[in-house]
Amino acid sequence: MTTSVDTAGPAGAGTRRAGTSTLRFLAGKVGAAAVSLAFVVVLGFLLFRMIPGDPVATMTRDRPTSPEQLARLRERLGVDEPMVRQFLDYAGGLLRGDLGTSYIYNRPVSAMIGERLWPTILLVGTATLLAAALGLWLGVRAAWRRGSTFDRAQTGIALTLWSVPQFWLGLLLLTATQGLFPSRGMRSPDIPPDLLGQALDVAHHLVLPCVTLLAVTYAQYMLVMRSSLLEEMGAEYLTTARAKGLRDDLVRARHAVPNALLPTVTLVFLQFGMVVSGTVTVETVFSWPGLGLLTYEALRGPDLPLLQGLFVVLAGAVILMNLVAEVLYRVLDPRVRAS
Amino acid sequence: MWQRRRSAAVRVWREFTRDRGGLVSLGVLGAVVLLAVLAPVLTDPAGLDVTRADGLPLRPPTWEYPLGTDVDGRSVLLLTLWGTRVSLLVGFAATVLSVLIGTVVGIAAAHLGGWVAAALLRFTDFFLALPSLVLAIALSSVLPRGSATIVLAIAVTSWPATARLVRAQALTVEGRPYIERAKALGGGHLHLVGRHVLPAVLPLVLANTTLVVGNSIIAESTLAFLGLGDPNAVSWGSMLQTALSSGAVSAGAWWYLLPPGLAIVVIVLSFTLVGRALETVLNPRLKGDRD
Repeated sequence: MTTSVDTAGPAGAGTRRAGTSTLRFLAGKVGAAAVSLAFVVVLGFLLFRMIPGDPVATMTRDRPTSPEQLARLRERLGVDEPMVRQFLDYAGGLLRGDLGTSYIYNRPVSAMIGERLWPTILLVGTATLLAAALGLWLGVRAAWRRGSTFDRAQTGIALTLWSVPQFWLGLLLLTATQGLFPSRGMRSPDIPPDLLGQALDVAHHLVLPCVTLLAVTYAQYMLVMRSSLLEEMGAEYLTTARAKGLRDDLVRARHAVPNALLPTVTLVFLQFGMVVSGTVTVETVFSWPGLGLLTYEALRGPDLPLLQGLFVVLAGAVILMNLVAEVLYRVLDPRVRAS
Repeated sequence: MWQRRRSAAVRVWREFTRDRGGLVSLGVLGAVVLLAVLAPVLTDPAGLDVTRADGLPLRPPTWEYPLGTDVDGRSVLLLTLWGTRVSLLVGFAATVLSVLIGTVVGIAAAHLGGWVAAALLRFTDFFLALPSLVLAIALSSVLPRGSATIVLAIAVTSWPATARLVRAQALTVEGRPYIERAKALGGGHLHLVGRHVLPAVLPLVLANTTLVVGNSIIAESTLAFLGLGDPNAVSWGSMLQTALSSGAVSAGAWWYLLPPGLAIVVIVLSFTLVGRALETVLNPRLKGDRD
C-alpha cells in the first residue's frame, strides 16, 4: 500500500483517500446495522417474555391444561428463572443459532424456519423480479409521455392498487378464477416425480399468490422510476444527445434510463420490509407453505417461541436488506461515492 | 391575528376546491361518516346477532337482502354498514395516537439537538426499518385481544414516518431568523415550540394525517383478517376472515366478498386523494408537479 502511494504520486494518494473513506463508510453502515440487530434481539425478548407477564398463561389461555403440563412447560421455557438469566439464555441461544423450541409442534424453531424459507424465497423472488420489470417498463413509458392519457391512467391505477388490501385482492382472484388455478398449497399430491412435471406443478400453484403480491408491489417501482426519470429529463446531456441527431427512443434507452435506474435498483432491497408484510397475508390466503403461513399458524396458538423466532429472523432480514441497499447505492452511483 | 388566520383558511379552502378528485373524496368521506354514526338509528342491531338471524345461509342478493346473506344468514348490507363503525373508529384512534407520537418525537428531534436528537433519530430509523405488520402481529398476540390492542399496535408501528416528516419541516423553521430573535428575547423551549415551530408544522401534519388514516384502516382490516381483532365486533377485516375460513370464498360467494373489500378501497382511496389535494395546496413546491 505505502509503496504504491510513493510511486504513483498524487493520483495514488487520491485512490488511497477514496479507499479509506469507503472503508469508513462500510464500517459505519455495518456498525449501525449491528446496533439495529441488537435492538431487534432486545425487542424480541421484551415483546414475547416481558410484556405477556406470564407467557405460559398467554399460550394456554384457550385450551384446557393440567397443572402437571403447565409445570413442565414452565420449566422448559425457563419462565421462573430471573429475567437477566432468561435474557442471557435467549441471547446465547441466538448466537448458536438456537431459536428455542416450538410449543405446539415441539420441534426446534430454527429447523421449522429453515424448512419454510425456500417456498417464501421462491414466491418473493419471482414476484419481486416481475414487479421490478413491470414497474420499470411502465414508469419509463409514463415519464416519457408525461401528462398523457397513459401517464394519468397509470398513476390512477397505482393509487387505486395502493388502497387495496393485499388479502382482499387474493380472495377476489381466488373467486374470479374458480378452478383455473389450484387454490391452496404448493404441490398437488398426484404428480409424477419427474423434474419437469414437478416444476410445472409448482409454477401452476405459484401463479395466483405471485400475481397478488406483484399487483400491490409494482406500483412503487413505477412511481419511483417515473419521478427519477422526470428529474433526468431536464438534464443538458439529453439536449446534447438530441442535438447530435440521436433518435428519441435511443436518447431514452442509452442516456436517460441508465441514470434514472439507480434509485429503483436499491428500491428492490428497501421494499423488502413491505414484501415481508405482504407474504404473511398472501401466504395465508393461498396456504402457501412459507414463513408467512408459519407466522399465521404460530399466531393461532399463540406459539410464542415460534413467533419470537420468526420476529427476530424477519426483522433481521429486513435490516440486512437495508444495509445491502445502502452499500449498493454507493457502489453503483459514482456521484454518491465522490461526495 | 384571528382575521389573518381566517383569511388563510378561506384561501386554502378555495384552492382545495379546485382539485375535483379531492372535493369528491371529501364528500364521499362525509357521507360514510354520517352513515356510520346513524347506523343504530337507521337499522336494527338485532340483525347482527347470529342466533336471531332469519335469512338462509349464503344466499345471493334478493329484494329482502340487497347484498345477500353471510354463512349465518345475516344481511351482508347490515354487516358492512356496522363494520364501518369499527373500521373508522379504530382507524381514527390509531391515527391520532400515531400522529401524536410522531409529532412529539419529530419536533423534539429537531428542536433539542445534540445527543438527544441523535438518539431519537436513530430510534425512529430503527422503527421505520422494522417490518410493520410483523411487529403489529407480535404486539397484538401478546396483549389482550380487543380494539384497544389493535389501536396500540397500529400506532406503535406507524409513527416513524410522521416523525421524519415533522422533523424535516421543523428543521427548516428552526433555522429562520425569527426563531433566533425569539430566542434572543428570552423565549423558553415551550414558547418557541408552541408559538413558532408547531404552527408552522401543523398544516403539513394535517395533510399527512389523512394519509395515515388510510394506512391505519388497511392495517386494521389486515390484523382483523388474521384473527387478531375484537372477536365480538363486526369489522370489514373480520367479515373477510369469516368468508375465507367458512368456505364462502371457495363456494364463489362474491356478494359476501365484494362489499367489505370495496368499502375499504373507497374509504382508503378517498383519504389518499384528500391528502394529496391538501398536500398540493399546503406545499407550494409540489404545484405544477401533479397535473
